[in-house]
Amino acid sequence: MNNIIAILKRELYGYFATPVAYVFIVIFLFLSGLFTFYMGGFYERDQADLLAFFSFHPMLYLFLIPAISMRLWSEERKSGSIELLMTLPISTSDAVIGKFLAAWFFAGIALLMTFPIWITVNYLGDPDNTVIIANYLGSFLMAGGFLAIGSCISAVTKSQVIAFVISIVICFLFYVSGFPMVLNFFTGWAPQMIIDSVSAVSVLTHYDSIQKGIIDFRDILYFVVLISFWLYANVITIESKKAD
Amino acid sequence: MTSENTQAAIEVKALDRYFGPIHAVRNISFSVRRGEVLGFLGPNGAGKSTTMKMITGFLEPSNGTVLVNGRNVVDEPILAKSAIGYLPEGAPSYGEMTVGHFLEFIAEIRGFKGAEKHKRVTNAVEQINLESVVHQTIDTLSKGYRRRVGLAQAILHDPGILVMDEPTDGLDPNQKHEVRSLIKRMSADKAIIISTHILEEVDAVCTRAIIIAHGQLLFDGTPAELRARADDNDIEHAFRNITTGSSTSYRETSKP
Repeated sequence: MNNIIAILKRELYGYFATPVAYVFIVIFLFLSGLFTFYMGGFYERDQADLLAFFSFHPMLYLFLIPAISMRLWSEERKSGSIELLMTLPISTSDAVIGKFLAAWFFAGIALLMTFPIWITVNYLGDPDNTVIIANYLGSFLMAGGFLAIGSCISAVTKSQVIAFVISIVICFLFYVSGFPMVLNFFTGWAPQMIIDSVSAVSVLTHYDSIQKGIIDFRDILYFVVLISFWLYANVITIESKKAD
Repeated sequence: MTSENTQAAIEVKALDRYFGPIHAVRNISFSVRRGEVLGFLGPNGAGKSTTMKMITGFLEPSNGTVLVNGRNVVDEPILAKSAIGYLPEGAPSYGEMTVGHFLEFIAEIRGFKGAEKHKRVTNAVEQINLESVVHQTIDTLSKGYRRRVGLAQAILHDPGILVMDEPTDGLDPNQKHEVRSLIKRMSADKAIIISTHILEEVDAVCTRAIIIAHGQLLFDGTPAELRARADDNDIEHAFRNITTGSSTSYRETSKP
């Protein structure tokens, strides 16, 4: 546990010692504002909720989360510091979890800094704040899922650019698997069971369900399993590729 | 304690390592006791770094075993890694951190807290003479200073075993001298392995030398025994005789 905290602290230090953190937070806040007011029609909808704000998070995360995760391991491998890290008395899973938690914590900070929109909607109307809390939780869980995918992918390659692009593609596949265009492709010939499973692995299905304000145990479990699976794959990847 | 003093700190048995079709390390065996400074010599690409990576638990051997204080590195990696201080080749570190913060991170991972952590960091900084750059970002340091940060990191927890891959590479003559005296100072109660290209270093600090070429162990003995391998007692000639495999060819080409 102490090792995980030491790794987490070092990683966060790394984010804020370089412009990475500030650039990311500014762009995240700018884009989420832009989407909410221009594309989401926050005022035009005339509803006291944050649907206009949260419905664009999946798209935003699709590009911004791989931008955080791409450096997690590929940078260590490229600079050779992975040799230092992996010869310190820590287990590979300590290192993987510590790095992941740091990235997730960072994404959480960026998400919390959107609080003015929450104040705004409370000032303008009388929203259901429990739904908004569920919205934030769902958004945070989705960020964690995408980060776990990105962390694993960044362990596969020394190139941050390749890690970035492949992470976007895989996150995209997890995102669109709940879309009608994907499901329609299966309907008609595939058994219902397959259609249901394709739909069930979709991040969007579970995100949308949490967005309605109902925190279902199965949706939480989905994200826990998604994160655990990719972090486990991450540990295996590091152990087999660390010295390449 | 008595058993710890008599048993070898590092015992390498029939070590093999393949990288795909390349047989990088071939059946290497040796051991190092406390109080010994073992010099790893050999041409580039001979398998020195690969062997060190297997001793420190970064690479798994394809065959053979490495015992650190009698424990297998593959089976009990954390235990072995706690006992070892390691300076990897090129002294990698986290460039965006300051020297002080970096050493604090290492101290935390090594399990030191509070006042003890502070003491360890200060002690390492003093031993390596890093006082002037403690608050500087590692990225902004010269190559020599970065190497010394790597050294400070390796000795921070006062390990019983030190493994250093080219510790004096990139240092100026004064710094080389400092590092060599540091190694001598520490050698009394530690088992130390250093790899080097500089043959004079073997004379200066090592109590024993090993020569590896093409992944094979070609020589294991004291510096004096190494010298004896050349007719003129010159360590460089001895090195060439052993690694090129023919004593005559050297003398023929070197004579005018």
